[in-house]
Amino acid sequence: MIKSFKNNIKGILIEGLTLSSAVVIIAIVVVMITVIVVGGKDQISWEFLTSFPKDGMTKGGIFPAIYGTALLVIIMSVAAVPFGTITAIYLTEYAKENSLIAKTIRFAVRTLAVIPSIIYGLFGLGFFIKFVGTQMDNTFLGGQLKWGQPNILWASLTMALLTLPVVIVSVEEALKTVPQDLRAASLALGATKWQTIWKVVIPGSISGIMTGTILAVSRGAGEVAPILFTGVAYYVATLPASFSDQFMVLGYHIYVMSTQSANVDQTMPIQFGTTLVLLALTFILNISAIILRYRIRQKKSN
Amino acid sequence: MTKDQKKKKKSEPTTATLIDITQKKFRWSDYIAEKVIKGVAFLSITIIVLIFIFVFRESLPIFASQKASIQAKAIDSTAEVQETYGEVTDQPAVEETQETYGEVKDTASQSSTDKESYNVSAGSGFDDNQSALKTILTKDWVPVSEKPRYGILSLIIGTFKITIISLLFAAPLAILAALYTASFASKRMKEIIKPTIELLAGFPSVVIGFFALMVLATFLQNVFHYDTRLNSFVGGIAMGIAAIPIIFTITEDALTAVPKSFYEASLALGASKWQTAFFVILPAATPGIFAAVLLGIGRVFGETMIALMATGNAAQMGLNPFESVRTLAATIGAEMAEVVFGDTHYNVLFLIGSLLFIFTFVINAIAEFYVKGKLMKKIQGK
Amino acid sequence: MKTLNKNKFAVIALLLGMIGLAFAPATDKIIVKGSDTLVILAQRWAEVYMKSHPETAIQVTGGGSGVGISALINGATDIANASRKMKPSEKDKLKERYNTLGVEVACAKDGITVYLHPSNKVKELTIKQLSDIYKGTIKNWKEVGGADAEIKLYGRENSSGTYVFFQENVVKGDYAPSCQTLPGTAAVVNAVKKDPAGIGYGGAAYAEGIEICKVKKDANSPGVLPTAETIKSNEYPITRYLYMYLKNKPTGAIKQYIDWILSPEGQKLVVEVGYFPVK
Repeated sequence: MIKSFKNNIKGILIEGLTLSSAVVIIAIVVVMITVIVVGGKDQISWEFLTSFPKDGMTKGGIFPAIYGTALLVIIMSVAAVPFGTITAIYLTEYAKENSLIAKTIRFAVRTLAVIPSIIYGLFGLGFFIKFVGTQMDNTFLGGQLKWGQPNILWASLTMALLTLPVVIVSVEEALKTVPQDLRAASLALGATKWQTIWKVVIPGSISGIMTGTILAVSRGAGEVAPILFTGVAYYVATLPASFSDQFMVLGYHIYVMSTQSANVDQTMPIQFGTTLVLLALTFILNISAIILRYRIRQKKSN
Repeated sequence: MTKDQKKKKKSEPTTATLIDITQKKFRWSDYIAEKVIKGVAFLSITIIVLIFIFVFRESLPIFASQKASIQAKAIDSTAEVQETYGEVTDQPAVEETQETYGEVKDTASQSSTDKESYNVSAGSGFDDNQSALKTILTKDWVPVSEKPRYGILSLIIGTFKITIISLLFAAPLAILAALYTASFASKRMKEIIKPTIELLAGFPSVVIGFFALMVLATFLQNVFHYDTRLNSFVGGIAMGIAAIPIIFTITEDALTAVPKSFYEASLALGASKWQTAFFVILPAATPGIFAAVLLGIGRVFGETMIALMATGNAAQMGLNPFESVRTLAATIGAEMAEVVFGDTHYNVLFLIGSLLFIFTFVINAIAEFYVKGKLMKKIQGK
Repeated sequence: MKTLNKNKFAVIALLLGMIGLAFAPATDKIIVKGSDTLVILAQRWAEVYMKSHPETAIQVTGGGSGVGISALINGATDIANASRKMKPSEKDKLKERYNTLGVEVACAKDGITVYLHPSNKVKELTIKQLSDIYKGTIKNWKEVGGADAEIKLYGRENSSGTYVFFQENVVKGDYAPSCQTLPGTAAVVNAVKKDPAGIGYGGAAYAEGIEICKVKKDANSPGVLPTAETIKSNEYPITRYLYMYLKNKPTGAIKQYIDWILSPEGQKLVVEVGYFPVK
């Protein structure tokens, strides 16, 4: 009796301990969201979202940062999604599950996912700007500097490398939900392997590719470290009009406003407002990805 | 690949009569498609190799001995002249520029103004690479100085200090919460916890950094009453918040991967739910949890924005958690943008990058191979 | 499938549009690049100037003094902003490429301000004391007449022009390793505001909750606050110029722009942003 009573107490304590850990984590998330929403909600207005910074960045809006973020993630997706999808197709459709090649590629993908983002920044600087860019300038422009310096193209490509594993993992998961029977049926009807992939497998996993893209975009929109020295600017007076222009980004704007503005008190609302915009953006993207993925999993279990 | 081609050839005759021409055309596309797909699939491996090569390449000049030492000495000797101060403010040369705009200045007048001030040779390109290499294993990180020193020991210690603090905070929380989700939680609780964790994983690190800088630092200082507002403690907690989703997700995966039979057998033997969770499921999943913690370390180790905003960035060696620290990643992030390209300082920053890369690569490899092997063995009962 | 194609077309169309924009004809385009200290001022100038001269398009980007000057050397910018003087090595590079030493335009004056917490009893310091504080030889406020509390040092990142200027003209040695280096003026001000034993330096900044320290040239001279007058007359001991660098003597649209910057109209904006006019 006593022993089982003691056990019960222990059980309640331990369950309580694990439960409280979960609650603490949820509380942290709730507090962070509340603080940022409360701090930034008064700042959000149509004008804030659509106008340029004014009066030495102490007033005005954040439009160039929003525009730059959008442009960055679009160019990034155009680069990352096709390559990520194709890699996932190779892993699920062509490679043998336990072959050395597939294992190596999987290991490489997971390594890419854990490399610190600042290393991507260094790579972007060393490879895209100093190697590819300088070579391009020397070959096409006779040494005149155009591509061998930070710009939106190199920043987007650097970001694409960072988000590549995100795309690969989601697409692979989606490809696996396409039933083997469908593939077999298609092949039996005389379609070649490529036809089967193009007409059966890919359409069947569109939602997975979408999920991957959304997650990649959400990651790319929030990361700052990889673009610190590959293209982001403290301030640009005009929107980026070509691939060789620099640009502003929401995440970097938060960083510079909170550390480098001349009047801390005056810009505090802008800092919170920008943070709220970035957070809302990543949340909307993440929630839609969660819903999409939930649907895919349901489809799989049916 | 060859087998696939054979398969195609085999399947051909059966359908050949109907759509002969298109078949032929598509076989080509099939062949090309496969080649292209395979080529692209190798991209991720290529990228890793390229990252290593290009990050390491830019750090190489440090190891090459240079002849610039004579020039460096020349600079030093001029620097020794200027012990005086106060004159600095009213230099005739400066007054001149101020009156007449856009006058082409000759080097002579410029260097005379230089002589009167403390000479900072950072980014001058005159640094002696060999002496830079010698200072790397010291504790002084003073890259901008009359005699630049690139000691990265304090940076390494700072990085480890902050990693330990964040793990002490994040790992227990995340592992216990994962245990709760996997063993005790009702379906409804799961539906609250899991999306919350996913949302937390979606928090951009600059947002967490901003939160730490503006709110968390003040809050923690009010609670613990330490002197330095931005320190490794604040930074560690903030980075722990960023690492929680990784540790949680992988731990939860490992816990749910423990076969149902373990659970049932334990209950059948009369163990209660919590005993099963604590003494059966948790030990069975230890390798997975170990992997989770390792990947958490990897995440914290390379975190840049939070470190830049919340740690104070002073390169100190002390072990006091309430002192400011400077991490490896933050050093790169803070200094790279303004450094003269190709300079010793630039090379050293790339060397730090190579170190970070190697460290995370090794951590990931351990998590991947060692842990996976152990986990399989344990679960399969071999 | 259909929707996929549509999406693809939309993306391709957008990309083509972006590329098309790249070839859009520009009017008189002036590219300004460099120091983050100056970028807000440069932006203000560009903003106002473009209103009265719509035919000129001015593109302002930050990135740092080093970035600006190397862009000037590489021909990627017309004007390089710098919060420090050009280094000899940079001049050598410029000479090597264009056979010119460049043109220096002092466009604004800045007084490096020392911030203290309002509760601090210390209200003025000599340059020597500042130097000793930042070198780490003076560790406690009581050594300079304050309360018994350990001094907390805040400063700028070693990549900034302010760091170098303060080191050359005040510290005259290496900073103490315990000095917290923060990425910008705002971060330094914020830190000092919340630390009763803190001391920081940076550009002129407005903030409630910090005290601006009077600086004395030496023990016998009076403490001076950085104001427009004291900085203009060089009475305040830690002043510096902010520069614009050009490859050659300005002509055409650039000359017009720089003349306007140095005119009273342009210099008026300097004051608005928090720096001080050169004349």
